[in-house]
Amino acid sequence: MTKQRSQSNEQNTSDSTDATSRRAFLGATAAAGITAIAGCSGLSVSGQSEEEQVGVSGETLTLTTTTSTYDTGLLTEIHTDFEEMYGVVVDAVAQGTGAALESARNGDSDVVMVHARGLEDEFMQNGYGINRRDLMFNDFVIVGPEDDPAGIEGTGSATDALTAIAEAEATFVSRGDNSGTHTKERNLWEAAGTEPGGDWYQETGAAMGEALNVANQQGAYTLSDRGTFISQRSEIDLVILVQGPIEDGPEILSNPYGIMAVNPGVHENANYDLAMAYIGWITSPEAQDAISNYETNGEQLFFPEAVSEDPDFRQYVPEGWSSDSESE
Amino acid sequence: MPPEVVVQLLPAIAELPFREGYVRSIIYVSLYVSGTAVVLSTLFSIPVAIVMGFTDFRGKQFVKSVINTGMGLPSVVVGLLVLFVVSNQGPLGPLELIFTTEAMIISQFVLATPPITAISLAAITGVSENVRDAARALGGTRLDVALVVIKEARYGIATAILAGFGRAISEVGSVLIVGGNITSASGISKTRTLTTAIQLEARQGQYDTAMILGVVLLVLVLSINAVVVRFGDEGSMNR
Repeated sequence: MTKQRSQSNEQNTSDSTDATSRRAFLGATAAAGITAIAGCSGLSVSGQSEEEQVGVSGETLTLTTTTSTYDTGLLTEIHTDFEEMYGVVVDAVAQGTGAALESARNGDSDVVMVHARGLEDEFMQNGYGINRRDLMFNDFVIVGPEDDPAGIEGTGSATDALTAIAEAEATFVSRGDNSGTHTKERNLWEAAGTEPGGDWYQETGAAMGEALNVANQQGAYTLSDRGTFISQRSEIDLVILVQGPIEDGPEILSNPYGIMAVNPGVHENANYDLAMAYIGWITSPEAQDAISNYETNGEQLFFPEAVSEDPDFRQYVPEGWSSDSESE
Repeated sequence: MPPEVVVQLLPAIAELPFREGYVRSIIYVSLYVSGTAVVLSTLFSIPVAIVMGFTDFRGKQFVKSVINTGMGLPSVVVGLLVLFVVSNQGPLGPLELIFTTEAMIISQFVLATPPITAISLAAITGVSENVRDAARALGGTRLDVALVVIKEARYGIATAILAGFGRAISEVGSVLIVGGNITSASGISKTRTLTTAIQLEARQGQYDTAMILGVVLLVLVLSINAVVVRFGDEGSMNR
């Protein structure tokens, strides 16, 4: 399985924001530089005086994130390293992408890790976020009952599968919670040219695991991230009917995760230094290795994206941004 | 709970798929948050109930109906309102209370206060007029009369505090919103309570571990009730 870039970004350099003052930007750049240096030395000279260089020891980082990164157990697994290395505490709050971004918008978190590039870009362009990095990816899969009443197995196309489900009026469970997965699902319906509705389309307003349970109880279809599905597979009877790009499925089912610091120019009390230490750490080769080594039921759940032999500098540019589009 | 059921549960609990200290820490957070909230609520509610029980003032019925309405406050609404207050953007933003146990205590205080006040008030006003008359007839001052009435009403007041505690510890909506359901990477709870842990396990489809935590919560509530009821019964028997 090859790593594939999901972003088809437009051109250009920095993200200009009205909310970011010049001073905050300069401070940010300096802090980022310091963090980068600290991060490098941390990698070569393991566990030695990073704390002094970054000056974040004893502090608490509030991370708002999606339920998928949390419920799979990934964060719990890798945060111990970060906490020991920096002498800090990470408070990870699992909320779903929409709510995680809203908490960050209110300044209630320091760093936000989500998976909905469109919403992330909006967050960045409104000036709430800073220093976005591609972090890792996995993919979405369409799962359903083994008897597959809508006959979608083998279609190999997410949009054709959804169209078939809609035509058969087979029960489909939607997250309906403005999460990253729900956002993806709406994009897929749009791409399929179908407006889902009717009794067969059920919005649960629940997290992924619950949605899988609901679908399982009813023998329904649903869109799931592969990670949550794998970690729950032993307890449910649903099977993967349409694969994502990790198993050579369509690229439209890719699921990239990004990470952003809350802009200290907007929220003074955002712990920016620690947020950047965290971003520096989680995009470091060590943490990226830990991500790729994390397995549930013998399967890898997330694929590192930050460290690449083929750097993607456009990851820093919000999608669809261009220098001459209404310069804000 | 019959002993044989407990015996059956023991091996299940011993083989809990939890890391060491995890369950203990969420029990601790549950008790700390609900306990503190109920103590604060009691300190606030009992004087209010006493004042209302012994005085007449304009708008008393209105205050009563406000308290009664408060008993039905949905906890998620309280969580939402407390979130607005303690969020960085809210009036208490500078205190940085969001996603802390303090924020959870605030929301549980709001939830526990109306039932404690209302039930205590009912207990105090429910004390027979004969008792008050007797106390007055024996030459008691206003304070003496009040003390006698409170002594008579103590079982009701204990029930009120229990009701408030029950509302606080079994509540999931507001603590999830303002607390964030946080544990450290080492599996020690910061703002995770039994109820939010159950919610998390259920969300992941781990119904068996959710059930075990549910049993722990039930046992906890039952034992606290048993202790208080026993205490209350002894009091009323010595009458």
